[in-house]
Order: sequence, then C-alpha cells, then structure tokens
Amino acid sequence: MSALLLPDVLASAHTTLAADGVIDFNTDRLFSSFWSLTVDGLTYGAIYALIAVGYTLVYGVLRLINFAHSEIFMLGMFGQYAVLWALGFVPRGDVYSEGTALTVMYLLIAMIGGMVVSGGAAVGLERVAYRPLRRRGAPSLTFLITAIGASFVLQEFVHFVLPKLTGGNFGGTTAQQPIRLVQETTVFTVFGADVSNVDIVVVVAALVLAFLVDRFVNATKFGRGIRAVAQDPVTATLMGVSRERVIMLTFLLGGLLAGAAAMLYCLKIPNGIIYSGGFILGIKAFAAAVLGGIGNLRGALLGGLLLGVMELYGQALFGTEWRDVVAFVVLVLVLLFRPTGILGESLGRARA
Amino acid sequence: MRRSLPTAAVAVAMASALLFAGCASKDDSGGGGGGSTGSATSTGDLSIQPVVQIDESGKEVPAADASNAADPAGDGKATCASTTTIAMAGALTGPNAALGINIIDGAKVAVEAHNKANANCQVQLKGYDTEGDPQKATQVAPTIVANKNVIGLLGPAFSGETSAVGQVFKEANLLSLTASATNVDLTKNGWTNFFRGLANDGVQGPAVAHYLVDSKGFKKVCVVQDDSDYGVGLAKAVTDALGSAADKDCAASVKTGDKDFSATVQIVKSADADAIFYAGYYAEAAPFVSQLRSSGVDATFVSADGTNDPEFVKQAGSASKDALLSCPCGPAPDQFATDYKSTNGGRAPGVYSVEGYDLATIMLAGIDSGITDRAKLVDYVKSYSGDGLARHYQWGSTGELSSALIWIYEVK
Repeated sequence: MSALLLPDVLASAHTTLAADGVIDFNTDRLFSSFWSLTVDGLTYGAIYALIAVGYTLVYGVLRLINFAHSEIFMLGMFGQYAVLWALGFVPRGDVYSEGTALTVMYLLIAMIGGMVVSGGAAVGLERVAYRPLRRRGAPSLTFLITAIGASFVLQEFVHFVLPKLTGGNFGGTTAQQPIRLVQETTVFTVFGADVSNVDIVVVVAALVLAFLVDRFVNATKFGRGIRAVAQDPVTATLMGVSRERVIMLTFLLGGLLAGAAAMLYCLKIPNGIIYSGGFILGIKAFAAAVLGGIGNLRGALLGGLLLGVMELYGQALFGTEWRDVVAFVVLVLVLLFRPTGILGESLGRARA
Repeated sequence: MRRSLPTAAVAVAMASALLFAGCASKDDSGGGGGGSTGSATSTGDLSIQPVVQIDESGKEVPAADASNAADPAGDGKATCASTTTIAMAGALTGPNAALGINIIDGAKVAVEAHNKANANCQVQLKGYDTEGDPQKATQVAPTIVANKNVIGLLGPAFSGETSAVGQVFKEANLLSLTASATNVDLTKNGWTNFFRGLANDGVQGPAVAHYLVDSKGFKKVCVVQDDSDYGVGLAKAVTDALGSAADKDCAASVKTGDKDFSATVQIVKSADADAIFYAGYYAEAAPFVSQLRSSGVDATFVSADGTNDPEFVKQAGSASKDALLSCPCGPAPDQFATDYKSTNGGRAPGVYSVEGYDLATIMLAGIDSGITDRAKLVDYVKSYSGDGLARHYQWGSTGELSSALIWIYEVK
C-alpha cells in the first residue's frame, strides 16, 4: 500500500506507452458491445439530463451558472437515504426483497424525500447565498464565485459536520453503506444488450419527469412567469410578474429534479452516496446542459442522453481512462459548430 | 396559493425533518421496521477469511505454526530499567489512522503480556502520531530520537513517511522495524537500522499473478487499475507476471473517486474472462464488484491489500462473496484475537495487528536478553531468527525478510 517513486512511474508509463500506445483505437471493442453501451449510456444520460435541467433553468432565468447544484444533488442522495433509514431499512450490502408493490411505494417515498431535501436546500441556498447579492446588485462574477464557494461549504458540511450532528450515521469520509431495494435483473434483451429493470425505471422516470417539467414551464401560469423573466426581467416585472418568486420557483424546480435524479442514481449505484459524490456528475450535467443549449429545457434532455452515450462509446473506443476527456471533447466539437448548443440557447425566446 | 409557496416549501421541509426525527428510533429494533418484513437475498455475515499463504512464484507455503511463536512473556526473570521505552510511529489520528491503531494495539498486547510476566522489567510503549503524513513525520522523528529512553522503534507505518524520515533514524542508529511500509525502494537506501517485517510490493504482484494462473488455472484475466501510484505499480507487476493470461483488450483503468464503471463493466463482460484483478482501494472496488455482479459477470474478483478491508465487504455485500484478496499481512490466530479484544476494549484485530505484535515481541526479547542501548538492539534484530504468529522472522543484509510471503484471503 505504498507510493512508488516518480522515476518508477515514469519508467512504467514509458514502457506502457511503447508497448500498446496510450490511446487505443479499439473498434472491435466498441462494436461488440455497442448496444449494451447504448443502454447503459441512456441510463446515465437520463440522470445527467435531470440534473442538467437545474443548471439550465437557473441559467435561463438568472444568467447564473449555479455550480452548487451538484451539491444539491448530493444532498438529495443523502435525503433519500435518510428517508429509507427512517422507514426502518438498515444499511447493508445486500438487497432487500419487499415485493414489487411495497418496493415501488418505498422508492416513491424515498424519491419524494430526496426531492424535498434537494428542493429545500436549493431554495435555502438561493435565500442565503444569492438573494443578498442580488439585493446589493453584485456583478455576475460575484455570483459565480459564491456558487463555487457554496459548493465547497455544502460538501464539507456533509463531510465533517453532518456526522457530528447525526452520531456518525450520515456523512463522513467514507461512502454510506448502501440500502438496496432493487436487485438489478435483466428484463429483456435488445440486439444482444441486456436491459435491466433499473435501466427501464431510470429512463422512464427521467422521461416522465422531463415531460412534466416541460409542460409546467410551457403550459402553466407559473411557467409563463419563468419564461417571461427569462426573456426580459424588466418588462416582466412591469407586467406584474414577481421576479423574486419566479427565481425561487426556478431553484425549487431544479432542486426537485436533482432530488429525483439522486434517487434514480442511487438505484443504479447504491454505493455512490458520499460527500464528494455530486461533483463529477454535476460537471457532466453542466456539460450536458451546454451541449444541448443552456437555458433550453429540451436541450438539457437531449444533451444529457447524448453525453451519456458518447461517454461510453468513447471509453470503449479509446480506453476507459479517457472517460472525462471524451465527454468534454464532444462538448468542444459541438460548440465549434453550434456555439449555442444543439438546440440553441434561450429559455424564453423559443416559445414566448 | 401563489403567496403561500415559500411558506409551503419551508413547512414541507420542516415536516419532513420532524418525520425523520420521529422515525429514526425505529432502526434500533433488530432488523429494522420495514426491513424486517422482507427477507434478505443472502446472509449478511460475510467476512474476509485467510485461505492460503504463497511465495513469490505463487506456490503454497504452509502457514507458520503459531504454537512455535515467540512468547513476549519470556521466562519471567528479565530485569530492565523501568524507563525502557519502545516507540511506535505512525498515523494514530487522521483519515488513515485505522492502520496505525491496528499496529500499536497489536504491540500493546505483546507489551502487556511481557510486563505481566516480568515484574522487574516494565517496558513502556509510547505512540508518536505522524498522521501518516511525511511532513508531519519529519517533525516527530527528532523528538523520538531525542527521547533517550527509546531503545527501539516500531515503524514508521507508511512508506511515504518512512522514506522521508528514515535517514534521521539511521543517523541515530535507532532500530526501525516497520510493520506496514511496503515500498520496494525503502531497503535500497543503505539504512542498516531498517528492517521490514513483511513482504514488499514487489513480491505481492507476481505472487498473486502466479497463484491465479498456476493454482487457480485461470486462462484469461482482465487487469483493471485505478490512477494511484499504488494501483498503477501493482497492475504493472501483476500484468507482467500474468504474461499471456493478461488480456490487453479488457485491461481498463478507472479514477479514484469514480462510482460508476459501466464502460469498464461492459468491456470486461464482453471479454468473458476467468477473473478480474483490480489494483486499487476498496472505495472503488466495492461499487465496481457490485456493478459487475448486477450485469451478470460472474468471473472471480481478485484484488490486493488496498481492498483487504472490512469496509469492502460492508459496501459490496453479497457481491463481494468469493472475492480473493491478497495481503502481505498475516491472519490473526484465535488466541491472539481474544487477547487483542480484551486489551483493546473489544476491538477486533485488523490488517497489520499481528505484525505489530510480532515485531514488538522481537524487541521485547532483545530487551529481556539484557540489551540496554540502541546499537545493540539493531545488532540483535540483524541476527534474529525465530517464528512469530504470522511468519518466520529472519532478515537479509538489506533489511528484507529472507522469506517474503503473501497471504491470499477470501470473502466468505
């Protein structure tokens, strides 16, 4: 369990480099498991998409990239975990088998719990961190730095403070011992790719939620408020739309979806509940939002699914160590040709 | 409705907080409220059990007979100054404290047994906390050297801190007997006072690789590494020793901190290998093995000392069943485990506890033989040859054990 010295690492890196090249170009590996990769990619993509909605909505309304959104998602993971705990589930490595009906009910309760925690945290964050800045008319750079700072504060809160508050049951340096309600099993096979129950639940739930949000923003009175503020805050205020309320609603909506995504993510990866667990996902989701066109709801969905799939194809093709690189190279390439993302930017402009 | 929205959000949050507080007491009731209504898919009492001891070429070596092990009590007639002190240096606080505590608690068992039997020789055991941090260790080392009562040192525990402060102990000619620093290069510094009580990293990789091919008969192994120095070095050693059994097409590397391994899982799955060797730590190994199993990959999961931790079983549950984990550390015999628990408030011995005990016993034997100065204790260890609980201890000229062995453990 010890560190090798630098010269050893360099020497070994050099031999690997000489032996089989740093970047593979393994097309066999890509095509032999193409459909399996697609299925998994869509599953992760769906989760990216739900988180991406939070970035996109806040950006659309405030022109603010809320970097603390990844921590809102992380809190959602702890929230749904705490709800399952409160329901009497004891953390253990093995799967509980409660029967379909009860499992669905527990999962729904957990999802709502995660959504409440995430939504509450998002609204709280807005109140504590962003509203005072807005009152004082702070420049947008200040918001950005505040977002990054808030992200660290929330992470370290779960890392160091939460275990003290909960007697060591939640938070801390190691991941939570999982509470697993669903055993992943193959339901059917498409082109040789196994589609599991978890994959189906995640993708369907994400699509339904994305559809609901889309309807909410595009077909309700509140949604019209959001679009109005996104399009022209001054005119919207003159027309009697409360900007503050719209902003809060936006954060709430993003938080709720992050909470739902947290539950779905934990369904797929039960060991992922850790204070640092939101960070990378958040960055990916942000990339997905930009890829689809930040500020654009449907763009977030498209961007998420696309990023999830491309990431897996890229790993099969170039080697698993290139994972994050692939995601961002795709992003850069798309932005070179469509600087505002695939579906274009504005939340309000499209369908005012 | 519109106006009550913020209030409603706060109310919901508060209500849920109340709900948590109200229901939280339920989890104490044995299997838990909701949990007890369902049945587990498999038993939850898996643990890491020793299977076999192997040498560098993967051949089985019978375990040392613990009944021949040196007894720290000695003959009960030893006399020494009551200030005689054995120092222990390692992480006693901080994120890696578990290892340091395992070692000092193991040594504590030996020292207590010794002091109980030898009324005229009460040896002190003093812990020096380095937090496992090389920088911190450079501040701690001089205080150890300056303490004239310290006759020998158990440690330093980690490789990084050892390489940072080894020279300090060398200059003071203070015995430095490590129970856990496994970096290969530590014994290449010409430190004549430094002895390693277990096999180094260069032994573990080849030993496991040969064991997988020769004893287990695996024809195709996927080597997956993380991005730590430890993982990269170990993966290279294993891949080299596996030779043609290591399949390059399914070799993969992951990042420390990753939790989702879908691409790696798909690559391994389509390779249809006999075994997967993971070079890295339990934090990633646990989700990795869970995801392998849920995707229907049933190849044997093999990993090394970075994964050999109860937390691995805790996190992965039944997915960790049958996983093979290697470690240069020896298993704790039953009697030792009992003594350890009674000395250390019910805690079970962990990785390197046995080494801590064995090495402390060797130093105590030296003290009992009448040694009162540091240089003589170094000479004593240099020519020492005897069995401990974990293995036979005898050192070559560089400070490496003359027979370096690896243990294979299995989760069952």
